[in-house]
Amino acid sequence: MTFDPYASSRETTEGRVYSVTGGDWDELSTEIGATKEERVVVNMGPQHPSTHGVLRLILELEGETVTEARCGIGYLHTGIEKNTEYRTWTQGVTFVTRMDYLAPIFNETAYCMSVEKLLGITEQIPERAQVIRVMMMELNRISSHMVCFGTGGLELGALTPIFFAFRDRETVLDIFEEVSGLRMNMAYIRPGGVAQDVPADAVSRIREACRDMRKSFKDNETLLVGNSIWMKRTKDVGYLDLAGCMTLGVTGPILRAAGMPWDLRKSQPYSGYENYNFDVITTDTSDAYGRFLVRLGELEQSLRIIEQCCDFLDKLNGAPVMVADKKIAWPAQLSVSADGMGNSLSHIREIMGESMEALIHHFKIVTEGFRVPAGQAYAAVESPRGETGVHTVSDGGTRPYRVHFREPSFNNLQSTAAMCEGGMIADVISAVASIDPVMGGVDR
Amino acid sequence: MGLEEKLPSGIMLTTVEKLAGYIRKSSLWPASFGLACCAIEMMATTTAKYDLSRFGMEVFRGSPRQADLMIVAGRLSNKMAPVLRQIYDQMAGPKWVIAMGACASSGGMFNNYAIVQGVDHIVPVDIYLPGCPPRPEMLMDAIIKLHEQISDTKLGANRAQIIREVEAAALAAKPVHQITGLLA
Amino acid sequence: MSQDEGMFGVNGTGDTSGFGGLVRTGASTGSSERPYGSYFDDVADDLERAYPDFNEAIEAVVVQNGELTLHVKREKLEEVARILRDNPNLQFEMCLGVSGVHYPEQSGRELHAVYPLLSMSRNRRIRLEVSVPDADPHIPTLVEVWAGNNWHERETFDMFGIIFDGHAGLTRILMPDDWAGHPQRKDYPLGGIPVEFHGATVPAPSERRSYR
Repeated sequence: MTFDPYASSRETTEGRVYSVTGGDWDELSTEIGATKEERVVVNMGPQHPSTHGVLRLILELEGETVTEARCGIGYLHTGIEKNTEYRTWTQGVTFVTRMDYLAPIFNETAYCMSVEKLLGITEQIPERAQVIRVMMMELNRISSHMVCFGTGGLELGALTPIFFAFRDRETVLDIFEEVSGLRMNMAYIRPGGVAQDVPADAVSRIREACRDMRKSFKDNETLLVGNSIWMKRTKDVGYLDLAGCMTLGVTGPILRAAGMPWDLRKSQPYSGYENYNFDVITTDTSDAYGRFLVRLGELEQSLRIIEQCCDFLDKLNGAPVMVADKKIAWPAQLSVSADGMGNSLSHIREIMGESMEALIHHFKIVTEGFRVPAGQAYAAVESPRGETGVHTVSDGGTRPYRVHFREPSFNNLQSTAAMCEGGMIADVISAVASIDPVMGGVDR
Repeated sequence: MGLEEKLPSGIMLTTVEKLAGYIRKSSLWPASFGLACCAIEMMATTTAKYDLSRFGMEVFRGSPRQADLMIVAGRLSNKMAPVLRQIYDQMAGPKWVIAMGACASSGGMFNNYAIVQGVDHIVPVDIYLPGCPPRPEMLMDAIIKLHEQISDTKLGANRAQIIREVEAAALAAKPVHQITGLLA
Repeated sequence: MSQDEGMFGVNGTGDTSGFGGLVRTGASTGSSERPYGSYFDDVADDLERAYPDFNEAIEAVVVQNGELTLHVKREKLEEVARILRDNPNLQFEMCLGVSGVHYPEQSGRELHAVYPLLSMSRNRRIRLEVSVPDADPHIPTLVEVWAGNNWHERETFDMFGIIFDGHAGLTRILMPDDWAGHPQRKDYPLGGIPVEFHGATVPAPSERRSYR
């Protein structure tokens, strides 16, 4: 047995374990060839350029074929759910938005819908706030699918899609910045409505952006759809049929690629989705290529919805964006005033100069928060990866008692074993890229 | 055109420190250590709008053995900490670390059981970059500051001298919570 | 449910210094009365017809916020789950995971596991809830019924300490394998550290003054 400082090995209860740190495959393979073991367990990750974030894949290989695939997760566990128990209900939005960091608006909306269910004000959310929520969600869907195409292509070795995809993503992030102030993790959706109204010229800018995006989506489409290399890497790879999806609790593009037209926006509409015209895209191939086509189709549908939102916003100009109940609503319209700082000056003049009660009210609502009646509620939205559900429990206080997120990536990633076992090791990368997991959502 | 056209007799004089600093900073290769949301902003920095490739840095090396710079982008959980240390140890010197984002610098908004309160508990950090997440321009600013730091690095006897001075200053410094400024 | 007495005002001792710390009251339990409304009556009737042990197994049926919750005894959980999945009138094909909740004040029923169910064919949602005591935190596994619960049960075990009997590999999934304690229980500390600023030190979120 050779002694190599870079390829040490030791005996364990599971057999001989080699630590390979690069450049020594020939020594390793001669050693393994000497043993009678035909199966090799390879650990991919958690730091690896091709696994979507900090995911650890433990693969048992026989030659190039994967006989067993397991996922090790938890490398991004942040304890967000426990943190929300020490903050007020509104502050919970800023925590919850960082779970699935590619789709922050969906996390916020699901959480706010759940809180609003507990408060019983779901019917009283102003229409303009609902339209803004839908518009932000669909823009977020576009930016999330862009990252999926970009990083998916990058992992399979295609270096061009990421530039096309992130270029379109920058368009969307510019809109987010104009509307909410931040590119990512905006904390824009609050229980009761949205934090502030869209700026005056935002709607025309968004319409223009939609026109541009429709043209630029063609770049990725012409590059990848029908591309023989792309199809060879993704067709019949990562197969998961309808029965598998149902039992594993898999929702989203994976389910729609298996032929099931299940989309919460159509079946259990929330936030006014019943007022929009759009289609649910499905394919029936249940493989990675089918999922790619589903996501591509959803981009066009999102653009349709956003344009309809712009029309609604023009009609509802001047309407409120926060619930009318002053005991819940965030107290000030945080628009940027002429001096470039936030806070509406008229509100400040009122609380500082005119009304002591308004000052006390503002102070109490911001520091203490509103009280939510005791009970539990579950609210779900259709995020780019599937069903994001929030189970909130309240004990009647100003802080959540328990907030649990049912993240779609958590369930979708469980199907890795079903998709990958029996295939080649390169197909594992393809399959995981088509699942599009976000480890922040998986580990929370 | 370049510097080489302006030299009067075709000879340029410089110090080893300046030359080494210039060479090291011009083609700094990052090791990909994207953890969470900041990783997405790091990816956005490499793409066409904010182009990190003009600094010679668009190749994010998959293997830490070929990398000089580790940008820790995102929140570091307790489970991931030994992996971070192992990747850092596998990098060959000279190596630098940028802690990108509030979570990498200090634990950020997650002051709890699961997150390491600052990656400087695990690896030595050269640049701390605040933000949640920091904009791509902020990351580029941090990288440029690191470039300035690298090009000014002292070598040899000068380096030992600098290390002694920095250590003496750190030992004599006031604790943070006693720095009250003009208040007291 | 307590009456709405306005937003502010004195509750309990009237201590507004904030140094009393977080004081929690338990959530209320108790069955709702028929008719439940919308499709909940159909679900309850179909389940009762298909499952003769309905009255022993189901401790309470609660309808709140437009949602139906069936509180099930843990011994009968798997039978109820199978009927909900397989019965042609019920058809709850998908289980959306397990959510654990810890109520330390409800002695004898401290740990709850909540299973949201979704019926795609009938477009319905209900919820199953199981309560177990701290001293004996065992719940039968539902991995045989809905395979997707595998990781969810591991997470609930990791975070709350609920042991799912019959689960093939009940190990920690989010915390490191050798972690001690179950983090999301109420008696587990948040684990934050005090933060130093210029001129002041701010304590961790769990140690700070709280108002309600």
